[in-house]
Amino acid sequence: MSTPEHHEEPQVKNGFTDPGLADHRPRRADVEPKADKRAERQVAALFTVSIIGTVIALWAYFTKNDMEPGDVADIQSTNMWIGLGIALAMLGIGFGAIHWAKTLMRDHEMVEERHELRSSDEAREGAIQNLKDGAADSGLATPDESGTGVKRRSVLKGSLITAMAIAPLAVLVPQIGNMGADWNVGKFRHTMWAPGVRLTRDPDGTPIKAADVTIGSVFHVIPDGLNDLDHHHKMDQKAKAVVLLVRLDPKDLKIREGREDWSFDGIVAYSKICTHVGCPVALYEQQTHHLLCPCHQSTFDVSDGAKVVFGPAKRPLPQLPIAVDDDGYIVAQNDFDEPVGPSYWERLKGDAGTATVEEESH
Amino acid sequence: MGAKVNTAAAGTANFVDDRTSIGGFVKFFARKLFPDHWSFMLGEIALYAFIVLLLSGVFLTAFFVPSMETVEYEGAFETMHGVEMTKAFESTLHTSFEVPGGLLIRQIHHWSALLFLAAIMTHMCRVFFTGAFRKPRELNWLVGFTLMVLGLAAGFTGYSLPDDVLSGNGLRIIDGVVKSIPLIGSYTSYWLFGGEFPGTALIPRLFTAHILLVPGLILALIAVHLFLVFLHKHTQYPGGGKTDRNVVGLPLFPVYTAKAGGFFFVVFGVIALVAAVFTINPVWNYGPYDPSPVSAGTQPDWYILFVDGALRLMPGWVFGIPMEWEIFGYTLSMNILTPALILPGLFFGFIALYPWIEKWATGDRGEKHVLDRPRNVPVRTGIGVATITFYVILVLEGSNDIVANLFHLSLNDLTIFFQWAIFILPPIMFWVTRRICMGLQRKDRELVLHGHETGTIVRHENGEYIEVHSPLSEQELWLRVQHEDIAPLEIDPEYNEHGVRRKGYRWDRFKQSLSRFYYEDRVSPVTKAEFDEAQHHHGHGNAEADLQAADAKDADQRLTDEWNKVEDQAK
Amino acid sequence: MLLVLVLLALITGIAAMAAPSATAADAASADDVAAGEALFAANCASCHGLDAQGQDGVAPSLVGVGAAAVDFQVGTGRMPMQASGPQAMAKPAQFDQDEINQLAAWVASLGAGPAIPTAEQVDGSLGDAAAGMEVFRTNCAMCHGSIGGGGALTQGKFAPSLLETTPTHIYEAMLTGPQSMPVFNDANITPENKRNVIAYLEAQDAGSPGGLSLGAIGPVSEGLWAWLVLLGLIIGATVWVGARSS
Repeated sequence: MSTPEHHEEPQVKNGFTDPGLADHRPRRADVEPKADKRAERQVAALFTVSIIGTVIALWAYFTKNDMEPGDVADIQSTNMWIGLGIALAMLGIGFGAIHWAKTLMRDHEMVEERHELRSSDEAREGAIQNLKDGAADSGLATPDESGTGVKRRSVLKGSLITAMAIAPLAVLVPQIGNMGADWNVGKFRHTMWAPGVRLTRDPDGTPIKAADVTIGSVFHVIPDGLNDLDHHHKMDQKAKAVVLLVRLDPKDLKIREGREDWSFDGIVAYSKICTHVGCPVALYEQQTHHLLCPCHQSTFDVSDGAKVVFGPAKRPLPQLPIAVDDDGYIVAQNDFDEPVGPSYWERLKGDAGTATVEEESH
Repeated sequence: MGAKVNTAAAGTANFVDDRTSIGGFVKFFARKLFPDHWSFMLGEIALYAFIVLLLSGVFLTAFFVPSMETVEYEGAFETMHGVEMTKAFESTLHTSFEVPGGLLIRQIHHWSALLFLAAIMTHMCRVFFTGAFRKPRELNWLVGFTLMVLGLAAGFTGYSLPDDVLSGNGLRIIDGVVKSIPLIGSYTSYWLFGGEFPGTALIPRLFTAHILLVPGLILALIAVHLFLVFLHKHTQYPGGGKTDRNVVGLPLFPVYTAKAGGFFFVVFGVIALVAAVFTINPVWNYGPYDPSPVSAGTQPDWYILFVDGALRLMPGWVFGIPMEWEIFGYTLSMNILTPALILPGLFFGFIALYPWIEKWATGDRGEKHVLDRPRNVPVRTGIGVATITFYVILVLEGSNDIVANLFHLSLNDLTIFFQWAIFILPPIMFWVTRRICMGLQRKDRELVLHGHETGTIVRHENGEYIEVHSPLSEQELWLRVQHEDIAPLEIDPEYNEHGVRRKGYRWDRFKQSLSRFYYEDRVSPVTKAEFDEAQHHHGHGNAEADLQAADAKDADQRLTDEWNKVEDQAK
Repeated sequence: MLLVLVLLALITGIAAMAAPSATAADAASADDVAAGEALFAANCASCHGLDAQGQDGVAPSLVGVGAAAVDFQVGTGRMPMQASGPQAMAKPAQFDQDEINQLAAWVASLGAGPAIPTAEQVDGSLGDAAAGMEVFRTNCAMCHGSIGGGGALTQGKFAPSLLETTPTHIYEAMLTGPQSMPVFNDANITPENKRNVIAYLEAQDAGSPGGLSLGAIGPVSEGLWAWLVLLGLIIGATVWVGARSS
């Protein structure tokens, strides 16, 4: 650190000479004892505010401790009073300290020299020499006894590098290997839907009669039996199996080729999992028959094979073929004929081999 | 008593120094200088928000149960009674409703997280627009950039911990994005979730990342970041007496101990104030995660919105061409990869490498400690504004349903508008900003050459009217003439005198065209020669101007006196 | 807490007001039907036709929509429609409840449809808010938001906020599926669950435990608030810290 007197020659830029630091302008508290006193009182007052804040926070904690469990107004006021107490306690200290620094601490700007960050040539040479010496000591770069060259010790180097490179595998492979459970990505292809499985209401699992589904209705559907699974399997299965069931006026419905018997009297069922990145596509507009995904706004036309009419999805929602059983309940004819949800690399590849594994796991 | 304290302090200091030689450090740090400017405190906001995050986070870990085991809720909150939920969600409800002050700490934690990233990005903007990333601070820019990315990771892992419907749908989107990765996507998803989505492994894994891995890295990098700030000494705004070889400011002890220390309490206080009054992330409204429900307004926290916006922006079909490709029977989802991985990758890559891009353009090798005024680097400022525009468009598109609902617009129209705007607006903003900067530079030249307009008009004896200009003070003048006039790079010719093509010519050509882009069209600062010329041209130097000003003032005074007289008489 | 009680009282009051009209509609007298027909001819027939058969591309047929649909559409001011737009907007009702009941009685006489619910059916205090939440988040939250704050649909349409809607109108909307909204008939959401949904929405009147709710529209408003208020206040403080004291 140096004082301005020791300063080097003023810099010259574009022909102009640096005028040097602006003159120091004294503050009111520097020249008026009264202002100085006032500033001191202000700082003390701010610190007192902080003390009051702490008292408020503690008071709020101890008096509201006996709040009625779950009462919203009680939680709200505890939250607010402790929060305001903490806020005052903190702001008092903060504003006090800063006000002190601004009004009462010496505010003459000082100058400190910088030094170029590059180390001196001498230091650099020293560093290089030390590294060279070290390398020589290690025996990797010592001159050969014959004096004609340098011992390469390529076997040593090569084995070291190889060892270092593969050693992490000993730790990482088991760890990563264990993290993916059974790695059976073929499970993506299958859901709980199977021939004859009833469509039931989400979340209570009651079956749905075809007659219940009036025109303009939308039912959020889970497969029968889902609620009998334990929570973990239930969530995994639900993440793939949820379906949206709607009934359109049959004259509004364009039926895709090959899917003539997949619907029943205007009732159609589509996967609720977006083919974009998997959000539940749940916003059904009954007048336009459009299904909107709230996450990225892919829009599907239910009256036309759930094809994409807007947004980032590329593929239509998979359709669940349905029928009505003898009791009038809607049932699935089969599982989806394609994987539901977002695309993945091997989506179109058959699942030879994985199918059997899947069956065993059921 | 004072003497006693002093002896005790001296004794302690002696004891510690004997064992650590800490005296040297204290000598070095105590009176280290920092320049005073409000914009130098933006990074501090981020640091303090992080400290508040650590403090409140420790509180939360005392009550949070990072488990996906399920329970039936029997706690205090009525609208959740009997609902099956994971322990993670249940313990979040418990912390909120049954731990007095627990909800407050949750809200403090979440508000701090939003503030942490907002402050980081504001700080990055300050560093960018003032050129504080130039040599020797490029590495620290990278450290800061990495901190920002880690901040995003910390935020996202924390957002997902309560295992509610909102964050669960966010995770589902992550799963969808991960699955789109070619070759390893499905397996990466399995690795992440420990099997099929959602599985039972994720919350404990996120918890470890959120409370150990990510904050540990952030802490370590903050240490590096601050160490480098001390090593480099702080940058300073241009002004009289401020050079690339000094730093002008006030000492760490006591001024910045009080100011920066006090500022921590201010940041904490404001966060507590906001957390006391405003709800954040009301998970009890969303309910425990279930793959079927979803609510309107399903968005990530603001700092991830840009990715969500990009995902919304990218159409599945572009002019009838599908964006999901089938190659040899394998599926490549460009409609997901482009917005969610490629675009953020390029965007972040550009930000991380920017100091080097600009270095190629200037070819400058010197250390820069005096900051640029943004107007003096119009191209950089333009790039900055264009980048911000790009980012803001993505954020707005990520909120398009909210915007549409608020202003009764069609979200489809908004999306189509943004799809065009993302290509059109950033270049326009670049051009406009650059023009504005150059306009301001010309204004500076005007000021330097002709002085301030005083608004006083004088009439010469020959009948000519002129406005009196008062010259700039030497500090004002210096501020406007101290910056470097950078010309585009000159490079060696492609062939030497023997007609041999030299190595590295193409690279040099690239740097030269970059340099031309930055500096071809520029406004040079006034030189002393021009300044003297202008003074001369003004007629008879400042003496005349002063005289005119004095005359004008006199005339003004006379008029005022007359007017007062008239007014008095009227009374 | 007092505020909550007042609000609850207000809501039940409104429900109580709707109650006699509901029973009145059930036992609609011939006078009511005739008065309704006259009102319809004067105010609705220009679009829906004198016989309420509707006109293609202009207005739907009202045969079989039931009294509930009339009470909802007219009672929320959506009908008569003021201007064409993406969807009919709610506005102050153009008719008083007696007139609405007369209109409803006439439309109900044209064909069987859902009736206006009774006061007991829409009394949230008889419902289970927790069960209502489960139904709401599966069937309603995707459009109306997690606590009914509203949300956007396609092409400028939107799901309105439910925070100010009366329980009767909420019930009727579920039953009849106005405009873009799907129908949730009693086989889909049972009358009991409809009442539970009302109970869940009424539970929101107590406010958010955490303080002001910023519109309850999710993280976007929180983010905006973090920038404008939180960072704004703190940057304001930095300017004060950096400014020289006079």
